[in-house]
Amino acid sequence: MKENGALKITNLTKEYGAVRAVDNISFHVNAGEVVGLLGPNGAGKTTTINMVLGILEPTGGSIRVLDLELAGHRSEVSREVNFAAVYAHMPANLTVMQNLRVFGMLYEVKALKERIESLLREFDLEEFAGTKAGLLSSGELSRLNLAKAVINRPRLLLLDEPTASLDPNISSLIRERIKEYAKRTEAGILWTSHNMSEIEAVCDRVLFLSHGRILLEGDPRSLAADYGKKDLEDLFIAVAREPLRLME
Amino acid sequence: MSLTRVSAIFMRQIFLFRGNPVRLVSIFLWLVIDVIQWGFISKYLGSFGQATFNFVTVILGAIILWEFMARVQQGIMMAFLEDIWTQNFINFFASPLKIREYLCGLVMTSVTTSLAAFLIMVAIAGAAFGYDVLKIGLFLLPSMVILLIFGIGMGIFVSGVVFRLGPSAEWLGWPIPLVLSLFAGVYYPISALPGPLRAFAKLVPPSYVFQSLRTVLASGSFPLHLAPDLLVGALLSMLYLVGASYFFSAIYRRNLKSGSIARFNAEAL
Repeated sequence: MKENGALKITNLTKEYGAVRAVDNISFHVNAGEVVGLLGPNGAGKTTTINMVLGILEPTGGSIRVLDLELAGHRSEVSREVNFAAVYAHMPANLTVMQNLRVFGMLYEVKALKERIESLLREFDLEEFAGTKAGLLSSGELSRLNLAKAVINRPRLLLLDEPTASLDPNISSLIRERIKEYAKRTEAGILWTSHNMSEIEAVCDRVLFLSHGRILLEGDPRSLAADYGKKDLEDLFIAVAREPLRLME
Repeated sequence: MSLTRVSAIFMRQIFLFRGNPVRLVSIFLWLVIDVIQWGFISKYLGSFGQATFNFVTVILGAIILWEFMARVQQGIMMAFLEDIWTQNFINFFASPLKIREYLCGLVMTSVTTSLAAFLIMVAIAGAAFGYDVLKIGLFLLPSMVILLIFGIGMGIFVSGVVFRLGPSAEWLGWPIPLVLSLFAGVYYPISALPGPLRAFAKLVPPSYVFQSLRTVLASGSFPLHLAPDLLVGALLSMLYLVGASYFFSAIYRRNLKSGSIARFNAEAL
C-alpha cells in the first residue's frame, strides 16, 4: 500500500435545503488500500460516493483524485475512476458484450476487443457474452457490473454494496476478484457494505458514518474492541442506535 | 470532444435496433402510412381538375419534409427517453462522457435514422404517386438544412424539459410537431392565418421553408429573392439550437446540484 492518495476528501459537505446529508467530512484512500465506508441507511455513504463520481455537486469542500481536483477536471478524473453499485443499472436491453463495448468506448479503452475478452474470462462471463443484461441472474449481473467497473483499469474504484443480495458463494468470488484487483493494480478502493464479516475480510481500514459525519475510524479487526463491542456488527448497531453515546 | 465517446452513444442505439428490429417499426411504419395517406389525399384533390399546380408535389412534398423534421426531433427525444427508461444516467454520467458528447451522440443517432426515413418516404412517394423530390432542385438542400437544425434544436429542448420535469413529461414532446405545423405553413399558406398568428409564424423557422417551397413550385425555379427568407429561417433555427443546448446544459447542472441524475426515475422529480 502506498501513502500517496488515490482519493483525498477535505471538508466535504452536501446540503439539501436545511438538511445536511454529508457534514464536513475529511478522509483519504491510499493507493492499494481498501477502505470500508460504513453506516446505517441514510448516513451519507451513497451521497459521498455520488459526489466522488461527479454526478452530485458538493455544497462545499474538496475532492482530489490522484492529486487532481475533481471540480474543473471531471472528465480527466473520471478516466481514472470507476464504480459498481446495485442501483446503477447497465442497459438491460444490450448484451453483455455490447455493454462492455459501449462502456469501453466511453472510457476510451485501448485494445478494447482484447480487454473485453480478458474480462469475460476473468469474471466467468464468456458463455453469457451474447445474453442481454436484463436476462442475467443477480450473480451474473454483479459480475458484469464489476467487469464494467474495472474495464478502464481504474486507480480508484468505488463499490457501493457490490455483493448485496448475492449468495455467499458469489459474494466470496466477487470479494476475491476485487482483492486480487487491488493487489495487482495498486488501486484505491472505497467499499460500502452492510455485511460486517465481509468488511472484516476485505478492508484495511473502515470509516463509520452517522448523520453525515465520520464517527469512528480504524482497523476493522480491532475497532470493535476499542469501543467495548464484541464485534463489528455490534459496533455497527451501536452507531446506528446511539451514535452520541459512542462519541462521548 | 471525443469522437469515440460520441460513437459509444451512437453505437448503444444501433445495438438496440439490431437487438430488436421491431423498434424500426416506430421509425418507419407510421411515416410510410402518412405518406400513403397524404398521397391519396393529394391525388384526390388533384382530380378536381381546376388546380393550377400539382397537389402531389405541393402537399405530399411538404408532408415529407415536415415528417423529416418531426422525425429528427422525436428521434433525439426517443434516444434520450431510452436512457431514462433503462436508468443509465449514473453509469453514463459517471464516465468521462461530457454532456455535449452525449447530445452529439443522440443527434448522430437521430440524423442517421431520419435520413433513412426521408429516403424511404421519397422512394414510396415516387413509386406510388409519381412524386419527384428533385423537382424542387437546389431548394431541397437549404430546406433540409433548416429543418434539420430546427428539429435538432426542438429535440434537445424537449429532452431538456423531460430532464427537468421527469419522464412523465414526455407527453409534452410528442405533439410538438403537430402544434408547430399550424404555424409552419405545411398544409396551407401562412396568409391563411389571422394577423397575430401570422406574426407568430414568423418566429417558426420551417414557415420560411414552406412559404418558399410554394413559390419555387409555382415558378418552377429557385428565385434569388427567396434567399433572404431562407437565411432568416436558418439563423432562427441556429438561434433555437444554441438556446436549446444551453437550456439542456443548465438543466444538467441543476440536476447535478439536486442529485436528480443519481436518482432519476419515473415521477422522481
